[in-house]
Amino acid sequence: MSATVELSYRDALSKAMAEELDRDENVLIMGEDIGRYQGTFRVTQGMFDKYGPRRIVDTPITEAGFTGIAIGAAMVGLRPIVEMMTMSFSILALDQIINHAAKVHYMTGGQASVPLVIRGPGGAAKQLSAQHTHCLEGWYAHVPGLKVVAPATAADAYGMLKTAVRDNNPVIFTENPGLYTVKGLVPDDLDFTVPFGKAQILKEGKDLSLIGYSRMTQVNLAAAEALAKDGIDVEVVDVRSLAPLDSETLEASLRKTHRGMVVYEDWKFGGFGAELAARLSESCFDDLDAPITRVGGLNVPTPYARNLELECIPDVDDVVAAVRAMG
Amino acid sequence: MAKEAKLEHMETPAQLEEFYRQMLFIRRFEEKCNVAYRLGKIGGYMHTYVGMEATAVGFNAALRRGWDYVITAYRDHPQPLLMGSDPVAVMAEIMGRSGGLSRGKGGSMHVYDIERGFFGGWGIVGGHIPLGGGLAFGAKYKGEDRVTVCYLGDGAANQGVVFETLNMAALWDLPIIFAIENNEFAMGTRLEYHAADTQLYKRGEPFGIKSERIDGMDVLEVLKDASRIVDYVRKEQKPYVVEIMNYRFNGHGAADNDRQLYRTKEEEEIHAKRDPIIRLETLMLERNIMTREKMEAIDEELTDQVEAIYEKADASPFPEAHEVYDNVYTDLEPEKGH
Repeated sequence: MSATVELSYRDALSKAMAEELDRDENVLIMGEDIGRYQGTFRVTQGMFDKYGPRRIVDTPITEAGFTGIAIGAAMVGLRPIVEMMTMSFSILALDQIINHAAKVHYMTGGQASVPLVIRGPGGAAKQLSAQHTHCLEGWYAHVPGLKVVAPATAADAYGMLKTAVRDNNPVIFTENPGLYTVKGLVPDDLDFTVPFGKAQILKEGKDLSLIGYSRMTQVNLAAAEALAKDGIDVEVVDVRSLAPLDSETLEASLRKTHRGMVVYEDWKFGGFGAELAARLSESCFDDLDAPITRVGGLNVPTPYARNLELECIPDVDDVVAAVRAMG
Repeated sequence: MAKEAKLEHMETPAQLEEFYRQMLFIRRFEEKCNVAYRLGKIGGYMHTYVGMEATAVGFNAALRRGWDYVITAYRDHPQPLLMGSDPVAVMAEIMGRSGGLSRGKGGSMHVYDIERGFFGGWGIVGGHIPLGGGLAFGAKYKGEDRVTVCYLGDGAANQGVVFETLNMAALWDLPIIFAIENNEFAMGTRLEYHAADTQLYKRGEPFGIKSERIDGMDVLEVLKDASRIVDYVRKEQKPYVVEIMNYRFNGHGAADNDRQLYRTKEEEEIHAKRDPIIRLETLMLERNIMTREKMEAIDEELTDQVEAIYEKADASPFPEAHEVYDNVYTDLEPEKGH
């Protein structure tokens, strides 16, 4: 066991990127206001001074253009990390991500690959209103050729970002803004990585599996604590990696608890949680004592007023109430 | 001085014959593709380069083979043929066969030969232009003196990402040539109906990018201009916009059966006189470099060659069903079954 350090999720990301920049000359970071301005969410703080403009590239506010440039650069061997100021802005680059990055390896018959990371905050921050609050991980997970991860802890943020940078495929790495200040113990080990496609059980339980990813995993942990007071023993399963997906760990949990609930911040309708519920219902039908239920974001554009915004996002009370409602 | 000597050399009889062969080969190859399309041997969307040959041939001759990068849209058959790709593998790709460059995964619009510096082969109008910027960015980042030629059509010149990429190319001094092939039609929409300013080379000017318009129907003119531009970009490490005036003799794509919807027969006849192959034939006859008989013999030779390429490609089997799962990712297979 290597030693650990306590880091915020933000600092874990920053440490991972700095170490990858040091490790591989072909790694660089591109994005809006990431250099001289130090990053809107300060994830790249101090990096411009340390690594300079060649490797910390401030871009114009043209997401499609610079994402495409990163894809082209990746095709000739660079390993760009593109920071989206918010994942909502990646919508401007959807053609580049979906119609180009995700297709390169396939359409070239394996001749070329795109070692590219697109990372940034996805989901609600605080009163950023409807245009800055999207959870797009489900959209991206829908696209073959992309890997999509959504770590919930500082250690996973650190280990999964390193894995993402070393991966030879385009990786969408979503960071919920509510997680940036969450602290956790992170292995103090340059070679520590967390593989994709592995879910993890953060708390064992026997009565019900609460399945989530990103910040909802933190909500699920708190909900599990609250439910424990009622004598309900909840297992918290952190999906971590949406694509590839570790169905085995999720199924094993359900075969143990016989009840499952999927919690996701994205719009409930047609979101990634629906995919999880559908496939787990198919594979675990005989083991389930009740249908797998879902708790998701309200199907509305996210409003500005704080009280309304909070209405939209699943919280501990919503999860606890939904579990109780399962009977 | 060295440059002039090079140009003189380019115009040796041997070089002219080489250009003639390249242009005629592309013409016969594309015509064969059209026939194969009608026979149902090629599917989907297919766009031939008939009429525009001087552009690709002239530009290709100005590039360093195996070093410089080329990227284009979906009218992409001539590039790999000129860059040294196996023509059977190009034809097999167009026919969706396992012997294709991408083992049949790309098709006519998505031909790639990465090893030779040909980066496709893209189907979204304008979508590949930032990628071209990225190729140049990568070369510059690594300190290599590669030049990237990013071809785009007059229709693509209106896309937003073009302006985004022009801006970044100028901002970061990327060694890239935006080669706008202005064949005067964005599919079926004439230039003056789709561009507010029909002088497309001017699109580089707001960004301080050197820009000019050249004749794309004369292979020697293209070579002369391309050599100068490529030298500039390589030496100065700056972008360049060149608008190459050419004309496609076929429809936009193989499925475009009614050209009369957007241009007249009379207009086509006028442009037919600009045919780059006839132009070179005339020049070679005038200079007594090649006889009509020799030209006919070359044509026969190339036609046979293309026929043999087609036969070989047609003998290549379709990909195995299990290959559908290959190359989605570099390191893992997608879930199988429906």
